[in-house]
Amino acid sequence: MILTRASVSPAALLHRLSGAAHWLTSPLLPEDYLRLINPLWAVEELYGRVEAVHAETCDAATLVIRPGLGWTVHRPGQSVRIGVDIDGRRHWRTFSLSSAPDRSDGRITVTVKAVRGGLVSDHLVRSTMPGAVLTLGRPEGAFVLPEPPPPRLLFVTAGSGITPVMAMLDGLRLDSADGPDIVLVHSARTPDDVIFGRRLRSLAARYPRLRLHERHTRTEGRLRPADLARLCPDWAERSLWACGPPAMLDDIAARWIGPADGIHVERFSLAPAAAAGSGGHVRFTRSGREAEADGGTPLLAVGESAGVLMPSGCRMGICYGCVARLRSGRVRDVRTGQVHGDAGDMIQTCVSVAIGKVEIEL
Amino acid sequence: MPAKQPASVDTEGFGRELDKIRDEVLASLGERDAAYIRGVIAAQRKLELTGRALLFASWLPPAWAAGTAALAVAKILENMEIGHNVLHGQWDWMRDPKIHSTTWEWDMASPADQWKHSHNFVHHTWTNVLGKDRDIGYSAMRISPEQPWHPIYLAQPFYNALLALFFEYGIAIYDLELERIPSGRRDPKEALAQARAVAAKIRRQIVKDYVAFPLLAGPAFLPVLLGNLTANMARNVWAHTIIFCGHFPEGAHIFTEDRLENETRGEWYLRQLLGSCNIDGGRLLHIMSGNLSHQIEHHLFPDLPSNRYAEIAPRVRALCERFGLPYTSGSLARQAGSVWKRVLRMALPGPGRPSAADSSAQALKAAA
Repeated sequence: MILTRASVSPAALLHRLSGAAHWLTSPLLPEDYLRLINPLWAVEELYGRVEAVHAETCDAATLVIRPGLGWTVHRPGQSVRIGVDIDGRRHWRTFSLSSAPDRSDGRITVTVKAVRGGLVSDHLVRSTMPGAVLTLGRPEGAFVLPEPPPPRLLFVTAGSGITPVMAMLDGLRLDSADGPDIVLVHSARTPDDVIFGRRLRSLAARYPRLRLHERHTRTEGRLRPADLARLCPDWAERSLWACGPPAMLDDIAARWIGPADGIHVERFSLAPAAAAGSGGHVRFTRSGREAEADGGTPLLAVGESAGVLMPSGCRMGICYGCVARLRSGRVRDVRTGQVHGDAGDMIQTCVSVAIGKVEIEL
Repeated sequence: MPAKQPASVDTEGFGRELDKIRDEVLASLGERDAAYIRGVIAAQRKLELTGRALLFASWLPPAWAAGTAALAVAKILENMEIGHNVLHGQWDWMRDPKIHSTTWEWDMASPADQWKHSHNFVHHTWTNVLGKDRDIGYSAMRISPEQPWHPIYLAQPFYNALLALFFEYGIAIYDLELERIPSGRRDPKEALAQARAVAAKIRRQIVKDYVAFPLLAGPAFLPVLLGNLTANMARNVWAHTIIFCGHFPEGAHIFTEDRLENETRGEWYLRQLLGSCNIDGGRLLHIMSGNLSHQIEHHLFPDLPSNRYAEIAPRVRALCERFGLPYTSGSLARQAGSVWKRVLRMALPGPGRPSAADSSAQALKAAA
């Protein structure tokens, strides 16, 4: 269930007004003008203004964001896509929301760890100042606790994998006698690298229903499923919620002996490395057609021979009659040799060839 | 048309140099360019709001004049520096869905997707090729001696003036390619579906400028309506003038279809250069013309952001000099005068002699 912010919903009111005002602003939307005054008044495309940036560790920061009027309240554990303009180009990444949904000030937070070589995370942690305006998606994701929450919970997190769990902990009634029994096993390099370290430790000190196990991997090594059984002997009988690097999640999932619906994992995968060489399997998602592409045939021609209704034009990269949305994978521009492609990019199919597996929304 | 014809041209060398310029610009696109287009869009929208607000006070004649002028300038910016260039995909690299060729719709009668086909694809691919580029005389006028004369062309000075006033509607109808239906090259059903889309677009445009805003102004109904009409027509005449100066002044070549056979990248560049004319002027002229005053640079690199044309123009001109190629450029008055001279001359039959344009183009092709 998705809750709207309030029954008086200013967003709904604005939407109705904007329908009438559209006759005055056609072909633009009223919000295209409102955005000039305050980007947060836009509802079709959603923006958020960064109001504060708090350093969490030496390479992680929490951004406090005021979302625009069109924001729908999230559920703890959900994530949001954030679009950041870097050097004139928009880049999208998904981050878990680290705030509880019912903050009285209506703001949301995401907690970002700067990944080595990570363009967007680095920009958000180190170069984003209060006042910056970001593009937001809507809350999404199924990594959410059921209502009511299971009586016995086990959270296994590593690094910034703590962020969705922090939002969940904020939403659980730790102070109540009939609240859930919680074990949290969190891995980080050193005590100083634990995101929300102070907050977690003070919660664990205050509430006996929350048992916190920190694993400091620099001295203790990576957490193994065997360690989990030692730290939490009844782990297979608990509802397990894990978020962290793919290797850790795969490890845990492989050793899981509890019921299949007892384990929930949230992957935050980094962009897969481009496959060596060129060409690859191309899937056209709307038409459901698939084809093998070599490294020399533009995706336009690949689609056409597979019987996909490809929009096209000059077939030489000048008219943009052929652009289509890339759902996944990477492509090479045959004119420049440049390899590019983020999910959601609009690419010119007539001058792009596949680099590995590619999905196009056509 | 150029009197001197180059003896031999290293077309592919010319093309490689142009590719180099293109790659350099592409590699250097960034924050500065993004700030430019966002700045122009914000300024244009504020100017439009100012114009419309002033028109509400249009019982004061100075407010009417200022409001109409602001709205006219806003509409010109919206169509030329913003709309035309966004629809070319010049800003697609920013990946902002709000400033993208696939999502943009503009403040004029022609729906963006239809215009993108007839302009970006037909005109920019087959620039100035007789029988392929429908923009030669907009399929309604005779602007080249190669087009056979017909008595209807006697009236073309008159209907060209009319076209200037109602240019946006002319473009919308033109994009329907109605003249291709009798020969069976155009599916009438498809044309009808497109005509419906045009009608829907025109309806919204007309309701906005001639019903909704005048009604909102209450007692100022009539002055607002007249102000909007004047602004739209001023934009139409300006757009018509700039666009006709791009390909029809003296010096612009017309090509025949055989030119397209096995056309190389270098030859394509050469055709774009020879078929286009620039307008000399200052920054204001460049931005008000949507940088189509750099028509040559635009035709060589239709998808490079318009704010870069002025930067690369001296380099393109120097290249033309080095390769012994003409680079046609002149003041707005000269180019517009030249266009009208041509429209008037071609209204009459002749000239009968083989065209200098074609023979010089053939010479260039042979030399290449």
